[in-house]
Amino acid sequence: MANANPTDGSAPAALDAKRLAWMYTQMYRIREFEERVKSTFTEHPGILRGHTHLADGAEASIVGSIAALAPDDQIVTTYRCHGYPIALGTDMKLMMAEIYGKATGLCGGLGGSMHLYDVARGFLGGSGIVAQAIPHATGAAWAAQIRRQGQAIVCFFGDGASKQGAFHESLNVASVWKLPIVYVMENNHYQASTRTDQEDANAAHGEPLSTKAKAYSMEGVTVDGADPVAVHATLADALARARSGTGPTLVESLVYRLSAHGNLIAPPGVPLNYPEHEAIAIFGNREEYEAALRGDPVPRFRHRLVTEGALSAEDADAIEQAAREEVDEAQRFALDSPWPAPDSGLDYVYA
Amino acid sequence: MSHVIPYIAAIQEAIREEMERDERVLYFGQNMATSPEDPFLKQFGPDRVRVTPISETAEIGMATGAAVAGYRPVVELYMAEFLLVATDQVVNEGTRFHFMSKGQVSVPMVMVAGYGFTAGWAGQHTGSIYGMFMGVPGLKVALPSTPADAKGLMTTAIRDDNPVLFFQNYLLLLDEGEVPDGEHSVPFGVADVKRAGSDLTLVGTGYAVRTALKAAETLARRGVSVEVIDPRTIAPLDVDTILSSVARTRHLVLVDQATRHSSVAAVIAAEVAELGFSSLEAPISMVTALDSSIAYSKPVEEFVLPDEHKVIRAVEASLGLAPAST
Ligand SMILES: Cc1ncc(C[n+]2csc(CCOP(=O)(O)OP(=O)(O)O)c2C)c(N)n1
Ligand SMILES: [Mg+2]
Repeated sequence: MANANPTDGSAPAALDAKRLAWMYTQMYRIREFEERVKSTFTEHPGILRGHTHLADGAEASIVGSIAALAPDDQIVTTYRCHGYPIALGTDMKLMMAEIYGKATGLCGGLGGSMHLYDVARGFLGGSGIVAQAIPHATGAAWAAQIRRQGQAIVCFFGDGASKQGAFHESLNVASVWKLPIVYVMENNHYQASTRTDQEDANAAHGEPLSTKAKAYSMEGVTVDGADPVAVHATLADALARARSGTGPTLVESLVYRLSAHGNLIAPPGVPLNYPEHEAIAIFGNREEYEAALRGDPVPRFRHRLVTEGALSAEDADAIEQAAREEVDEAQRFALDSPWPAPDSGLDYVYA
Repeated sequence: MSHVIPYIAAIQEAIREEMERDERVLYFGQNMATSPEDPFLKQFGPDRVRVTPISETAEIGMATGAAVAGYRPVVELYMAEFLLVATDQVVNEGTRFHFMSKGQVSVPMVMVAGYGFTAGWAGQHTGSIYGMFMGVPGLKVALPSTPADAKGLMTTAIRDDNPVLFFQNYLLLLDEGEVPDGEHSVPFGVADVKRAGSDLTLVGTGYAVRTALKAAETLARRGVSVEVIDPRTIAPLDVDTILSSVARTRHLVLVDQATRHSSVAAVIAAEVAELGFSSLEAPISMVTALDSSIAYSKPVEEFVLPDEHKVIRAVEASLGLAPAST
């Protein structure tokens, strides 16, 4: 089974109305799903454990990227990983059940929110440890190079991850070996509660983070990650380069996460919830956050499609209604599903 | 006199007091001191308190370098697993310098790492990985289970002239306890008897001390007198206190949240088997995590971890008691 992307991914073809509607649908589905995950903290306290990371604000970047994939391409992500499989066609019911820790989940409740996998759809997983999946993606690109079937890999990670050796070591070898890979850095301007300009040399000097590509003699591009069409075009170019053997690309996709880094970190007994965004909670910068809310890519894309006539308001409403119903059903399924058998914890230690 | 504060506050108190006492003490790490309102930044200034990028190799390596150059850095690493990306810096750099330089160089640094967040943090953030570091010559490893020990061991860690890995437990962070007022240090290599008893010796490590104490309390109600020992540091490890307890109780059960073969329990069992064999009237029993990763889902997480019930079963087996119906 390949991913559910309706394109053949062969060319950066102009996006027709049908594909634009598909993109809006995926963006809205991701948003609706994530809002439901978030509201679970208050509506069903105790169900969600550990740490969840939401992608609200990054939907355009995620969907624009996934829309450029060919059916057999593969992706590798981080712990902030709910959005990608939704766009790849993974059943939301299985995702919600996984995030709720149920036996019916995508990984039987063993993985949880940070550790989703759907290998059949090209989602090879990620890592909860910052940047450590970047070499995995690079290795998958090596495998694709050996197979010579035109496959490419897209590796998603955050701005903060580019401060790890794993990032630099991977980009170097990928450039030397001309691996078929696109590195998509979602720059949301924060790593948890540190602003990019406090920890990144490029940002501190007022330069884009895609500047790092220069150090590895590869193409580096910065794109507006709130515009799915621009992201799609950038990824299509980069994927074409990857497939042709020209080498990898570093894409810096500028996004803004609309929720805090993750839910509250606390020992058992303390009710978990989502705190305010760090811009407000740590830096007292409500204006920055409110400006980001005004630029929310999801309503913005709807507005654009409707104004440009690519999508009627009725069709957009119908897409949203269907997404709500789908998420309702996914949540019901997850709530009604059984817990895994306790001893299933011993079943998958070794292959 | 004493005051009651949470475990995490006790650690912070020790760092603050040592920074006040000795201006060579530095404190840095990720996601700390990012706002000018940060209390450490305000009190000690940006020379000594800094936020770093997500770069553990640089963070721990720079702590090593600053220590060699005369400072006493404390590097905050949050979750223990994060230091694994910099394992060379933890085990094979600063730990070797004093020896290789024939004593010319010393590396007084503290790495603060949280472990065992078994509250749904799943496969990559829940490990009890302290045992991996207890056989590294040159490295000291502290594993406090109470606020008082947390403060006292941190004070000692900062004053120690060697690299110290200070493991704090995530589930204990908000646990309150009495901490002596004024300067408070706890020596390394000195175990603490957390509860005196005469029928059986129960040694817990880190978080497992709490599990051991709960089990001892339940057993006391049945007339079983269990002595609970907390080694407090696992490198150096105080084997003598355990041996003398076992010489009296003649029974030993070990509780450890690490997997069996990377547990402190395995090392203690070997020491007592070699040095205290004649004291034993029953086989040593180890209650550890099962050999698996930790699952996200609660029932699966609980299944692989040691708990009070499993400890009580082990104690009953060791003493030849009929299992109590629970
Ligand atoms: C090696 C390592 N260090 C620290 C952490 C803790 N941590 C988890 S997410 C995160 C922030 C990562 O920021 P970024 O790469 O920008 O991604 P974002 O979360 O913003 O999407 C940090 C520091 C970790 N998981 N792994
Ligand atoms: Mg970020």
